[in-house]
Amino acid sequence: MWEYSDKVREHFFNPRNSGPLEEANGIGDVGSIQCGDALRLMLKVEPETEIILDAHFQTFGCGSAIASSSALTEMVKGMTLDQALEVSNQNIADYLDGLPPEKMHCSVMGREALQAAIANYRGEEWSDDHEEGALICKCFAIDAVMIEDVVKANNLNTVEEVTFYTKAGGGCAACHEGIEEILAKVMAERAGPGEVSPPPACPATPEAPKPPTKKLSIVEKIAKIQEVLESVRPMLQRDHGDVELADVQGKKIYVHLKGACSGCMMEAATLGGIQQKMIETLGELVQVLPSSHMPVEA
Amino acid sequence: MKPIYLDNNATTRVDPAVVEAMLPFFTEHFGNASSIHAFGSEVGKALKKARSQVQALLGAEHDSEIIFTSCGTESDSTAILSALKAQPDRNTVITTNVEHPAILTLCEWLEKEGYIVHKLKVDKKGRIDMDEYKSLLNDRVAVVSAMWANNETGTIFPVVEMAELAAAKGIMFHTDAVQAVGKVPIDLKNTKIDMLSLSGHKLHAPKGIGVLYLRRGCRFRPLLRGGHQERGRRAGTENSASIVALGMACELAQQKMEFENTEVRRLRDKLEKGILSQVTHAFVTGDPSNRLPNTANIAFEYIEGEAILLLLNKVGIACSSGSACTSGSLEPSHVMRAMGIPYTAAHGTIRFSLSVYNTEEEIDRVIKEVPPIVAQLRKLSPYWTDKGPAANPEAAFAPTYA
Repeated sequence: MWEYSDKVREHFFNPRNSGPLEEANGIGDVGSIQCGDALRLMLKVEPETEIILDAHFQTFGCGSAIASSSALTEMVKGMTLDQALEVSNQNIADYLDGLPPEKMHCSVMGREALQAAIANYRGEEWSDDHEEGALICKCFAIDAVMIEDVVKANNLNTVEEVTFYTKAGGGCAACHEGIEEILAKVMAERAGPGEVSPPPACPATPEAPKPPTKKLSIVEKIAKIQEVLESVRPMLQRDHGDVELADVQGKKIYVHLKGACSGCMMEAATLGGIQQKMIETLGELVQVLPSSHMPVEA
Repeated sequence: MKPIYLDNNATTRVDPAVVEAMLPFFTEHFGNASSIHAFGSEVGKALKKARSQVQALLGAEHDSEIIFTSCGTESDSTAILSALKAQPDRNTVITTNVEHPAILTLCEWLEKEGYIVHKLKVDKKGRIDMDEYKSLLNDRVAVVSAMWANNETGTIFPVVEMAELAAAKGIMFHTDAVQAVGKVPIDLKNTKIDMLSLSGHKLHAPKGIGVLYLRRGCRFRPLLRGGHQERGRRAGTENSASIVALGMACELAQQKMEFENTEVRRLRDKLEKGILSQVTHAFVTGDPSNRLPNTANIAFEYIEGEAILLLLNKVGIACSSGSACTSGSLEPSHVMRAMGIPYTAAHGTIRFSLSVYNTEEEIDRVIKEVPPIVAQLRKLSPYWTDKGPAANPEAAFAPTYA
């Protein structure tokens, strides 16, 4: 069985605000019956202030789906609609002291119900942009659809690259076979019929950097470094982490890893990935190091 | 209150007499059966006895047809891979789409390796179409593998008849009888079954011991090669304590076969009737007229299985569910889907599986506890109103699907 937190169990055994809400003026119905989850969220919104006065739910789903629904109704009561739209699925999971990776989709469903209900109140059409696939990486709750999309969008070729872009495969490594299968499938599509080549089992050695057309000035170089860091920040922020530039000393680029990134078991993979991007962008071999490695000034 | 265990198709309690029989093989009889000295020969004798006890329960002609393995899954893999390796000119496996993952996952991998796998479909009651089966038997088929009884519904396949049809075409037949052994009479010497898998922990022996029955004369290639144990067909030092335990468990199962098919069946039927007479929009899945005596699988519509299990667990009742959530997969049980059970019911299937240890009082308590739990969850369900299911449930609640 799952390891549910006490808070999840408490909300499941004693759900708050369950059942129909007669005066509801915003209703969101979302879910995936294939996955065994479906949720109707009912909001009573005060038109003048757009404050959510009451929220109820009805859920067809497992323990954590019911607990997530219950938590959501408690969280949004008293919020304005704009505030409610800021609620992320991670907020719902955090409110419940965490959910097992297999169950994170329950919190995603909660957030979608909220968006759908607010759209319904505002008379807007809400469409779901989130497709869910089979769970591949259980350590970081990454599904097949997400991995496939990222592999396609970024032309990835190795498990190591997938780990850098999505974190999938960075924990216990049990899912590497599954990731290799996705890579093989996408690479076969990319290659077109008749040119199927298996993905390399070992991470490919980074290509030798192309010689720079002209040497970058230190200002240009730092601008490019900042550009690379900006491009990876959204991904890290999604996982409650962040990165910023600390210093550049010759071929060594020192960065501050912040939030969830600091002390994360994936730190080496994160830095390795950033380094790879730096090498490609700058066209020279550089080393990306955590700021803790900076030489102490004399 | 004493917990009630109704999940015996998942695993069973080791019978105290079985524990007693196996314990000396950890201490005074710790020898290696292969050794020449007294420590070894005592163990060798005990293994011989256990082999004959298993032979008796299965009705095998020779005790050398019993190969001890580590589990049902190992027996299944050994059987199918052996059939393919021993007959390189045959590239096809026939199985059913309601098999245990021990068979289905292996078959999916075989397909990736280039083999052809035909999965027989089942009808609403979980029965295969014998005409479809017959039409698939040809000289490219290496092996047919069909379960004796389904682990979720208890539905029994006509494996004896299927084996005869396969034999008539010169095709090997394997059955995963993990759920059937000890619950229904088996007499292999009077069948054409070539290979059979069983698992100790489903019949009150410990986990970590299984058997592959291999008919004398059936071509075979080992999965594990090494020492001469099990006549070279399954290398690795014998798990002597567990083998002795399994032998004892088989003897007890033989003695209790009658009880299983009368008293356990009666309690199962009582449980089923007791629940269905109080709960509307619930039905038995599988083929009630042809199934294991201990299994009742009930679909409770419009609610989800894991939620039911959590509430049952809170009142000390243990069973299992075919919902997606209990397995961590996205789809509900492949067995329920194969039978065409709608999603709103498939997610709410609960399997009650009894053993000879369950009592009348326990069954009475379960009959009392289940209806209010179903009612409590239906109150939360968007498919349900005060008066019953929403007039047209699919229309009343049609969520935007992810």
